[in-house]
Amino acid sequence: MTSNSSLSNMRRLVEQLKLEASVERIKISQAAAELQQYCLQNASKDALLVGVPTGSNPFREPRSCKEIKRIFDLLQRKKTWT
Amino acid sequence: SCDFAPSGSFSPFRRLPLPAKRKYMRSPLSPEMATQEVPLNETLAHLKTESETLKLKLEEERAKLHDVELHQVAEKVEGLGQFVMKTRRTLKGHGNKVLCMDWCKDKRRIVSSSQDGKVIVWDAFTTNKEHAVTMPCTWVMACAYAPSGCAVACGGLDNKCSVYPLSLDKNENLAAKKKSVAMHTNYLSACSFTNSDMQILTSSGDGTCALWDVESGQLLQSFHGHAADVLCLDLAPSETGNTFVSGGCDKKANVWDMRSGQCIQSFETHESDINSVRYYPSGDAFASGSDDATCRLYDLRADREVAIYSKESIIFGVSSVDFSLSGRLLFGGYNDYTINVWDVLKGTRVSILFGHENRVSTLRVSPDGTAFCTGSWDHTLRVWILMC
Repeated sequence: MTSNSSLSNMRRLVEQLKLEASVERIKISQAAAELQQYCLQNASKDALLVGVPTGSNPFREPRSCKEIKRIFDLLQRKKTWT
Repeated sequence: SCDFAPSGSFSPFRRLPLPAKRKYMRSPLSPEMATQEVPLNETLAHLKTESETLKLKLEEERAKLHDVELHQVAEKVEGLGQFVMKTRRTLKGHGNKVLCMDWCKDKRRIVSSSQDGKVIVWDAFTTNKEHAVTMPCTWVMACAYAPSGCAVACGGLDNKCSVYPLSLDKNENLAAKKKSVAMHTNYLSACSFTNSDMQILTSSGDGTCALWDVESGQLLQSFHGHAADVLCLDLAPSETGNTFVSGGCDKKANVWDMRSGQCIQSFETHESDINSVRYYPSGDAFASGSDDATCRLYDLRADREVAIYSKESIIFGVSSVDFSLSGRLLFGGYNDYTINVWDVLKGTRVSILFGHENRVSTLRVSPDGTAFCTGSWDHTLRVWILMC
């Protein structure tokens, strides 16, 4: 019954469009101003935008540093035994 | 193979334009349909006219509020300088294309899934693999970390979303505790826990999204409205209420009320599949990335598209997008192996990042915004930070 399902689909579409048309909207100038305000207010906390103090970003330290430190410690210990 | 196709679907199961009958969606018959042909045709024609009129009215109402462009409002904002972002960790271990990843709330663990059926949990600081699970299917397109950090969810060609509790005992077989939660009639494209470990939201190639109770596996709500495969979803930041946005092969981005199942807003300005959607941190807008090689910003209160992020030189599709913490930067992972970084307010590109040796398929900024992670068809994941 193609025409039956088409009819019920169309009815649903019309209801959906009526719902979407009834949404309350604001002007872009206002919406844009608020998006911008949010950006500027939070900019100082954004580590990918302004960076964070050295030492407080755990990814900043390359993984290999830990390995070098470990080897260094081992060598130091070996030195004291000999 | 479609590795170098500028746009369009890569996956063999991604449906090409569906026949008009919307194959994967149910159309229940209404009882009042047992009438003659002629009155039915008149009613159908009448409804068609009404829907066309409503669509025009919707466009008119939206256009009335289009008094300025976002980048014009942002003219007085200081421009961003040079950005140098580098890879600080490379996670190697997947045997095939990485399709999806998610951060744990602890800002250091990552879950990733790949084409070969493997789901891996990593400690991104040390790059150690903490857990690994082999799914019974290939193309695990979706994975997500539970808010508690104690479980992960994943799924793909098995049409399901399964939850694996993460054991502290690394030797324990995770697959034994697996819990099947969601059941779709086509592939699982995305999944996300809601505010707790108790509920999961899914999207599928069957054209629907659904909300599930993890414990019982019960379907709590289903979301119908897309006319083709749904490829992505994102939950609104918890402060802004119970809504989520989805994007699909029908080029539409839909905003849904989670409680009622109703589609409350719909946006159709992309020219191809929408692969990724992500809310702006305030919850007042969302960004999308598409096979049409553009990212777009839609403001929910203005109810329209307010920015397009594109360049003539960018011709390959966007697979994934995410915002930096303040919403000023939009990161896009592209099928041409690069990451483009956009100034959200001014609409300009501030950086292009190279490193991956194949498509970037997934991208997420860490929970505290200190880094972002990308996954690629080159089998690796990379964690990037700003060098300054």
